[in-house]
Order: sequence, then structure tokens, then C-alpha cells
Amino acid sequence: MRRATIGVMVLLVCAGACAKKKPAPVTQAAPPPAVSTTSPVPSAPPRPPERVEESIPVPAISEDAIGNRSLEDLNRDSPFKPAFFGLDNSELDDAGRAIVSANAEIMKRYSTWVVTIEGHCDERGTAEYNLALGERRAVAVKTYLVALGISPGRLRTVSYGKEFPFDMGHTESAWSQNRRAHFVITSK
Amino acid sequence: MRNSSSWSAGVVVTALALATPVGRAQQPAPAPQQPSEIQLVISGEPGTPPRYAVPDFVALSPDAADIAKTLGQVLWDDLNFEREFYMIPRDTYATIPVARTAEEVPFAAWRELGADAIVFGTVQKTDANTVRVQVRLFNVRSRQAVFAKEYTGSATTTRLYAHTVSDEVHQQQRALRGVARTKLTFSSDRNREKIAGPVQNRDVKEVYIADYDGENPRRVTTNRQLNITPAWAPDARAIAYTSYRRGYPDIFIALIYQGLQETPTNGVAQNWLPVFSPDGTRICFTSNRDGNPELYVMNRDGSNVRRVTNNPAIDTTPTWSPNGTQIAFTSDRAGTPQIYVVGADGLNLRRITTNESYADRPTWSPAPFNEIAYAGRTGPGYDIKVYDLATSETRAITFGEGSNESPAFSPNGRHIAFTSTRSGRGVEVFTMGRDGKNVRQVTRDGNNYTPAWSN
Repeated sequence: MRRATIGVMVLLVCAGACAKKKPAPVTQAAPPPAVSTTSPVPSAPPRPPERVEESIPVPAISEDAIGNRSLEDLNRDSPFKPAFFGLDNSELDDAGRAIVSANAEIMKRYSTWVVTIEGHCDERGTAEYNLALGERRAVAVKTYLVALGISPGRLRTVSYGKEFPFDMGHTESAWSQNRRAHFVITSK
Repeated sequence: MRNSSSWSAGVVVTALALATPVGRAQQPAPAPQQPSEIQLVISGEPGTPPRYAVPDFVALSPDAADIAKTLGQVLWDDLNFEREFYMIPRDTYATIPVARTAEEVPFAAWRELGADAIVFGTVQKTDANTVRVQVRLFNVRSRQAVFAKEYTGSATTTRLYAHTVSDEVHQQQRALRGVARTKLTFSSDRNREKIAGPVQNRDVKEVYIADYDGENPRRVTTNRQLNITPAWAPDARAIAYTSYRRGYPDIFIALIYQGLQETPTNGVAQNWLPVFSPDGTRICFTSNRDGNPELYVMNRDGSNVRRVTNNPAIDTTPTWSPNGTQIAFTSDRAGTPQIYVVGADGLNLRRITTNESYADRPTWSPAPFNEIAYAGRTGPGYDIKVYDLATSETRAITFGEGSNESPAFSPNGRHIAFTSTRSGRGVEVFTMGRDGKNVRQVTRDGNNYTPAWSN
């Protein structure tokens, strides 16, 4: 029924266009450029063809592959990436800000998540001072997240100093992995 | 007297008569003297320390043989620790006849070995759980006992008898407060447990105590979380420490002989690195309660919190001066971590370290020394350095054997406990003299951190 109606309308549109086109060359007295006489001069663009399709249902957010996972699974294979810092440094560089921005987008998508930002240090700092340096790293990340629009109420910070290295090695490669702000989802 | 613990029966001490019958038939005994005339301090040859011998104790009952051997070895180690005496190595005693009684001590043979002093001790089990220990310290030349005591107590605290004798001999012979009965506390992952929770593979660290020589290690905390930076109360019966048992750092006090705990900063922001004032009434600590790490002082029960530092930089790692009026700490207000001193009232700030790229963990020596030890960055790691407050001179006392951190003075100021990676097997607690000599490894199990030394 609906298909039949559309078919009729298409025919009518086509008929109208053809009817308008035909008399145009006749009213033209002088023969200036031939191009204009042979090309049609539409008074309005033709309407695009109407698309025909059915809606496909999108799964609800609660059935999302990420959002549906347990806290343990989420943190084991986290959607968040850690932001890294320079030696003795607690400022986010460009790469660090890019990572935190990407993490902020995830937090905006999953707006109920509460996240703990853990500040970690490498073994080249002392055990005692590192507890404070890790705190400053975590706070630097929290401050940037708040600037990106994340509610401070969804953010916790904690410093672990050099107590929990990610890489147990004693090389620059290991140290650079250990100077980090690690995101842990603490509730969802 | 310190160190009577709930798990060990106290040692009961009885003084023995000093006028012990000694001497041998074939040699004329020295002229009899009244006890009041006995010269109590044993001297060495002029200009040299007295030479001491400590053979195995004599087991007066067959089931005390192991204890007798342990007592001799531990007492020799204890007396050696303060380096006030030249301790004659025990493996050179083999040719000397073994005395079964004080009357049989072969003074001539000991004199030939160069001994100025010899310890003669006996031990017997008086029942299954009780021992009696008798100890005499003889002047080898005069053949007189200058020290004689009897002890009784549990058969399970063998080493404590030797530690007690050592402290008493140091007191009598050198007017020196020995450390043989002191203890160390530290944080350790030796149980090799992992913390339960959303993040995998994180080591549990618990607070431990051990004798000053690393023996008798005992776990103080049992919460299977991160428990670090322990600090003794001056009565050596409580330990304040940083625990993450609630998911963030906070200060707890363990009453280690009662199994109780106190939470002086309960629920106010995050708090870490507590240290007791020398009189035990106050605690200085680091907290982020005003937005960044600052130092605060509170009463031991958490009341009367006062802010000591006020700077947007990090202020942390406090240590008290011996009289409790000043606090040394670490601040990065000049761009790198450096040691500063401030009055406990927050006034009269001054910087201590000027030639370090990075300095942390100041620890103020007890009297009579007036020094601050700290860890300074040297190359890839750290070395222990000592700053003399009177002369403003700094001396290094470790020299790049591994990375050396977290110094802590012994209560008599003559020794420093610290952590080092020099063994090549992780981080371990060591002790050394305040001159950097006589380095001893104290822990060997797991990794061990941030030692503190009890009174």
C-alpha cells in the first residue's frame, strides 16, 4: 500500500519536471549560446530519493560489553590507560594529558562510575618522599579531570609511593612504567 | 627496666656474692681483699681495649646443652657489638681446658691466650619450662669475679639472658647503655601474600618487630594490606605506623603487648609517616587535610592538632629533636627534596642540606650526639650521610654498596639501622656503627623496609 503511493508520487514528480522542461526552448527567441538551450534550467533542485529502511534495535547500555562487566573484570582488563610521568616530576605532559582526556571520555560515557586515581613512583625516589610525590601525581590528574568536566565527587586519590611497582625490573623501561597514575574503578 | 613482654616471662635476677672463691692450689692466690676493695673495671694493656673471652656456658643439666652453647655465642656477639672490648674469637679456645665450675677456670691458660677478662656461665633447667643461669665475669689477672649474677625465667627466651648480661656488663664496665635488649621494627613482605582486591599482584606488607640482631622476628599487624613506616613509642610497647587497610593511608597505633590498636587520626583526610615525640605525648605526621602534604603535631590521642608547616610544596618525613622542641623534615619547596629544621611551633625554619641533589628521611640522633642522618642521592641510588649540627659538617657513612635508605639511630646513638640493596636479594635491613663500620645484615627473609629502633 505504502509502496504503491510512493510509486505514484515519483511518477508525478517526474511528469512535472518533464512538462516544465519542454516549453523552455520554444520561448527562447534569439539563439545565444547553444549550451543554455540544450541544458535544462531547473527552477528547484530535484528532491532526493527517499530512503527506505527499517530501524535496527541498539542494545541497551546495561547490556554493554564494558558496562556489564564486574568491577574485578573491569580493573583486570581496564578501559582506562595509565598516565605516565617524568622522573621526580608530577606534571602531566602532552601524552599524559591525551591519556587522561581519553579516560575522561570513558568516565562521561559511564557516568555512574567512581574512580580512584592512584599515584605511583619508581624506585629511584626514596620510600618516604615518594608517598607525597605519588599524592601530588594523583592530585594533578584529578585536577585535570575536573577541568575536563568530571565531577570531583566521582574521583578519589591515593598515593602508594613506590610500594606497588607495575614492572618489577630495575631498568629505565621499568621505571618509566612505574611512574604513573593508575585508574581503578571503585564503584559503578 | 624495658623489654618485659607479654609473651616472655620476665627474667628474675639475683646478685651472686662477688667474693667468689677462686685461685688454684699450686699458685699463691692474691692477697685477700674486702669486697669493697675489688677493682671492678677490667683494663687491657695500656692503650688497648680489654680482651674478652666468652666460652660456651656449662650445662648443669643434660637438657640444657643447646642453651649453654647459644648463651656463649650470643653473649660474645652482644659484647662485640659495641666495640668497647676486643673479643677473642671463639674458635681459638679449643686448647683451653673446659671448666665445669668457677673454681676450675684455668686462668693461666686464658692469660696465655691474652685474655684480660673471661665470662664463666652455667645454665640448668629447673623444670621443663624454666632455666637458671649464673654468670660471672672474671678479671683474669686478679682471678676475681667483678660481676656475678643469677637469672631465672622461661626456657624459651634463651637469648634474652645473654642480652641482659651484655647490657649489664656494658653498664658496669663502660658506663654505657648497651642495645642488646632493644628491638627493631620494620615493614616486610616476607609472608609473600597478595592483597585481595580489584588490582592483581600487589604484595601484602605487615609491620614486624625483631631483636636488634634480627632474631625473634614477630608480626605485629595481621590485616593483609599495606602497613608501612612503623615508629616506636619511647616506652617500646607501642608502634605507630601507616596503614592502607581502609584503602587510603591513615595512622594506627599498635599496643603490641596487649593486641589493641588506637586510631588517633580516625577519618580525617589522609595521614602518614607518624613519629612519637621523645616524651611519647605527641605525634608528628604528614597529612593532606589542607590540600597538600604538610606536617602536623597532635596529642597521642588525636586531640589538639596543630599545623607545623605551611607551604604549597611537599613537607613530609618528620623526626623530633631529642628534647622535643624542634622537628627536622623533608621539603621540596626549593625544587628538590631537601632537609630542613623547624621549631615544633612552626617557627625558625632553616635549611640543613645544601650540597645534595635529593635528600630524605632525616633522623635526629639521641644525646650526646647532635646529628641528623639522612639518605642522599648519589648516582643511581642513595647513601647514608650524617650532618653534625654543631659544626655543619656532613660525612657519608655508606659508599655506593647498593642503594642505602631510611636511616634510624639506636637509642644510645652509636648505631644506625638502614635499608640496603647490597645483598643483591631485594631490600634488607642492616645495622652499622655511626662511623659506617661494623655493618651487619639484620633481615634475610623477603624485602624489609623503613626500620626504627626501640629504646
